[in-house]
Amino acid sequence: MNRTATSSQQSGSLHRFANPARFLRLAQAVFPWSAGAMALCIAAGLYLGLFVAPPDYQQGESVRIMYVHVPAAWMALFVYANMALASASLLIWRHPLAGLIAKASAPVGTAFTFLALFTGSLWGKPMWGTWWVWDARLTSVLILFFIYLGHMALINAFENPERGQKAAAVLTLVGVVNLPIIKFSVDWWNTLHQPASVTRIGTPAIHSSMLWPLLLMALGFTFYYVTVLILRLRAEMLASRLRAMNRLAAEEG
Amino acid sequence: MEGGISEFFAMGGYAAFVWPSYAVSGLVLAGLFFVSWRELTRRQALLDRLQAAAPHRRRKPKDPERT
Amino acid sequence: MTRKRRRLYIVALGMLSLAVAAALVLTAFEDNLVFFYSPTDLKEKELPEGRLVRIGGLVEEESIQRGADNRVSFVVTDLSNSVPVTYQGILPDLFREGQGVVAQGSLGPDGVFVAREVLARHDENYMPPEVAEALRKSGEWRPAEESAAQ
Repeated sequence: MNRTATSSQQSGSLHRFANPARFLRLAQAVFPWSAGAMALCIAAGLYLGLFVAPPDYQQGESVRIMYVHVPAAWMALFVYANMALASASLLIWRHPLAGLIAKASAPVGTAFTFLALFTGSLWGKPMWGTWWVWDARLTSVLILFFIYLGHMALINAFENPERGQKAAAVLTLVGVVNLPIIKFSVDWWNTLHQPASVTRIGTPAIHSSMLWPLLLMALGFTFYYVTVLILRLRAEMLASRLRAMNRLAAEEG
Repeated sequence: MEGGISEFFAMGGYAAFVWPSYAVSGLVLAGLFFVSWRELTRRQALLDRLQAAAPHRRRKPKDPERT
Repeated sequence: MTRKRRRLYIVALGMLSLAVAAALVLTAFEDNLVFFYSPTDLKEKELPEGRLVRIGGLVEEESIQRGADNRVSFVVTDLSNSVPVTYQGILPDLFREGQGVVAQGSLGPDGVFVAREVLARHDENYMPPEVAEALRKSGEWRPAEESAAQ
């Protein structure tokens, strides 16, 4: 453990933040700004999406589901990508914070994945005519949901927190192959779900009056992730301290 | 936006799909936020209580990397 | 080699192997991952009659005929080939001529596809009704044709 302390002090700039005390100070400074930005972006996105944006030429008012469904889906992937980076960081560089970042992110990613599936189902029923199909897009996102659940289960299955985090990190990295599958499923195979409208090469296939609320909600959800991540990270670090105090008390008691 | 409030809530006939989408999204995200907030404040309170109860001893400077 | 570097190589190699394995598995199961056959696929593959499959394409213009009891017949086309379809039941809101469609059912001996389920498929374009109308009038673009003909 002492080895890790000195190596993180000696290494490059990013490793400065591996110091938990310094990270905590940064997190606490960022928190009010992130929370404020989250509230502002989501409020603006909701206002534009529900009151200003027009109905769609073919989907009518049901298109407004897009303003929660798509940002949730984007976040499901984004949070997982962050967890994958943290997992690699934990396994390769043994960053002390990396395991906690992955653990703290998992519930957020799980929530977004659930919302993507749930709102997608509510959108599919009136537009496609069904609550669910086993096409490549929907199935791969469902698999992502189960990988998130598996991550959380693995972490909690071990008494030793470090063992649990390492096992979960391996699972997360194995599951990374699912990310490009989700993204390109609508291009590689024919699916019921239509191809991408925004995240594609070429101009977006979505009118600006609809793109703005979409991007604002996505930004708001991103700030939400940062905000909740800070809350959960601080709670994790407190839990570590409490565990250490318990150990000390047990040894001395 | 044309028409009245009722037209807004009707969402072109898709109300049963649109409003539950927003409601569940709000509930889930707000719920996760508050659960996370509560977990943090509870642990902080516990730590404060323990530190107030136990007299502070002199011991080796705590290694910040130790989990 | 430092321990750190070795761990990096192990993880990198592991990820690469995983990617290759996934690619192999997906290529092997290519056929099963297809959500629907196009009318051209159907013609080329010559599937046994009565087997449950999905076909997808566009609803051919002026091919919808509605009968009593929620019965309907229409033609699914991919602009190269077409398949006549019959269906009895409720159709999705978006179902109409020129719209993408996916039907699940089986091909009858007479070459008519008897559908048990009909789903609508929409493209990735989002715009207000006025913009769509303007595009239609200027003759620049026909909605639903591009991606539905995938």
